[in-house]
Amino acid sequence: MTAYIIRRLWQIVPTMAGVILLIFLLFNVVGGDPAYLLAGKISNAEQIANIRKQLGIDEPYWYQLLLFVKQVVTFDFGQSWSTNEAVSSIFATRLPNSLLIGVPLLILETIIAIAIALVVAYKRGSLTDRSVMVSCTVAQSISILVYIIVLQYVLAYKLGWFPVQGWGNGFFENLFKYAALPIIIALAVSLAPNIRLYRTFLLDEVNQDYVRTARAKGLSENRVMLVHVLRNAAIPIITNLMIQLPGLLVGLFLIERFFSVPGIGREVILAVERSDFPVIKAITVYVALATMLANLLADLLYKAVDPRVELK
Amino acid sequence: MSAAHPVMNPAADIGIERSPGLWSLAWRRLMRDRVAVASLIVVVAFLLLAVASMFGWVAKNWNSEIAVNYAPPTLFKSLYAAATEATKGEGEKGPEVEGLAVQRQPIVNDRDPLRSILDELRAQLGQGAEGVEEIKIVDPLADVIAELKKKLGRVDGAIEDVGEDKKAPHLAFGADKWGRSVWDKVVKGTETSLLVGFAAAILATVIGTLLGAVAGYFGGKTDDFLNWFYSIFNSIPYILLVLAIAAVLQKKGVLTVVLILGLTGWTSIFRVVRAEYMKHKARDYVRAANAIGATHMRRMFTHIFPNISHVVLVQLSLYVVIFIKSEVILSYLGFGVGVDTVSWGSMLNEAQNELILGYWWQLAAATLFMAVLVTAFSLFTDALRDALDPKLK
Repeated sequence: MTAYIIRRLWQIVPTMAGVILLIFLLFNVVGGDPAYLLAGKISNAEQIANIRKQLGIDEPYWYQLLLFVKQVVTFDFGQSWSTNEAVSSIFATRLPNSLLIGVPLLILETIIAIAIALVVAYKRGSLTDRSVMVSCTVAQSISILVYIIVLQYVLAYKLGWFPVQGWGNGFFENLFKYAALPIIIALAVSLAPNIRLYRTFLLDEVNQDYVRTARAKGLSENRVMLVHVLRNAAIPIITNLMIQLPGLLVGLFLIERFFSVPGIGREVILAVERSDFPVIKAITVYVALATMLANLLADLLYKAVDPRVELK
Repeated sequence: MSAAHPVMNPAADIGIERSPGLWSLAWRRLMRDRVAVASLIVVVAFLLLAVASMFGWVAKNWNSEIAVNYAPPTLFKSLYAAATEATKGEGEKGPEVEGLAVQRQPIVNDRDPLRSILDELRAQLGQGAEGVEEIKIVDPLADVIAELKKKLGRVDGAIEDVGEDKKAPHLAFGADKWGRSVWDKVVKGTETSLLVGFAAAILATVIGTLLGAVAGYFGGKTDDFLNWFYSIFNSIPYILLVLAIAAVLQKKGVLTVVLILGLTGWTSIFRVVRAEYMKHKARDYVRAANAIGATHMRRMFTHIFPNISHVVLVQLSLYVVIFIKSEVILSYLGFGVGVDTVSWGSMLNEAQNELILGYWWQLAAATLFMAVLVTAFSLFTDALRDALDPKLK
């Protein structure tokens, strides 16, 4: 087991090197001279020359790459080009806000989606099943933008049940006052694809022999579905959950933007709008790393849930 | 396979009816599926609309201000009026529309301070057409206005400022802030969406299929390298990669969006095609092709490819849906198509502020068009997959 984890961690190194190389090519080679981008913000020519020196843009590419690797390893990306805030401080202050919306969302969405998927999988082919599936297809076809615009308008602006946007300082104030509507909207968007996915996972199981055996020995339907079927379907469900984990970081960027939530996702959009390369570079690299670790975690959990799985 | 190699047809020589190939069988299965036929009709209708708009047969003058600002939609109202006309002698259509007619925005609409003088003069002249011309020539603001309009990005030469009195007070689908027809805009948006969706899907499919074929077919070091390349793209969340490239490219337009989506989206088809090639390369027919001296290229693309092309087709179809949705988000954020064309995304962006003012029609039109197209395309993709792979389900 330990050997496996070490090997997998070791395998992350070449991929991470590739990610760094890709980001470097994008921003330092294709992206061109950032001094031109900065020129619009800083009028002083001397300052630009100074910044060029600081960023090492006059140096050869190999030196710039080395600089970038050093930044990644030391977690020190310097300062944002537009706000001068340290990139590390952007991470530290924005991440908790993204998680405050993302974590409750993931928990609620999983519980609700599994519950509905259990019902439709149990009543497979019935009118309930078909109407839920059709509504899911339609719901998935409507842009997330429409959900946000309409629900924000109706629930916050017209009915006044929630604040239109904003963010406070207290944990509970944020969770129950400001995060509530974003979570509801994100739920409305993410339920449809998850129900469809979990339904197929469950349908793979309900026709298995062990289900018939369980029924034959007289177990209640509740026990068959909730204990036998659900436990076996848990393997792909857990994998799916782990794959969704990195999405907590930037996945809610639209919602964060609409509701002015100071999270990582909103920071990405702001950075793209302002051509704030250090911030985009840092977020991309670390989210990629988080994704790889989440994949590793998924495989380990896979093994924990299903002892038949051989890790190689 | 017999359909893929119609070199000769021995069955016909001995008088046996030729068995139908994969594609004709799939087509028959597809036509038997009512949902598939219905969704196909909708998709084809949208495609025709997009082609018509591309050639300028419809929505050519989407950029001209043909109505008053925020002219309200009358489509449902006139339907309603037609229905109630029989019972109530005169429909209340007139006054109701009058009530809905939105307050004119002084900045845009009454931008000509000489308007009132012109009207007065015209009345004095007894509505002489020459009188209008004369006044127009004297108007000192004409040049400035033309320049400002250019700066506002609505160049194109397509702008044809219909005289104030000719502007429609209401349209079937309503008008936007500038008095442009929402119907024309939503049709133009259909063109953009389908163009971007298909072009990016083809780009992603070509890249993914080529790389996947090479990786799966050759295996070994080539496979390791391409897999490494794949894992790089796969470990960066899709939307983050899209935004990062958008940040670097700094240029807006349909081509940029196609490049962004195509270059980032190839990974899912790569994995599928690679797995298919790994499965097929050891099969007997490929070894037979090798025995008669077929080159690698020939084995990969003449022999194996037709046998996995159904997988590619389904992936292509999935891509179109994903890319249409992504384009809307990119354009909404302002990283997508520029101001010289319309996208449902930029319409939603405008609609967001309009909704608070009570002008819901642009939002409704963009939402409706997109939802219908994407639903139909998704249902068609599902049906296509089932028809091509009857073993599923």
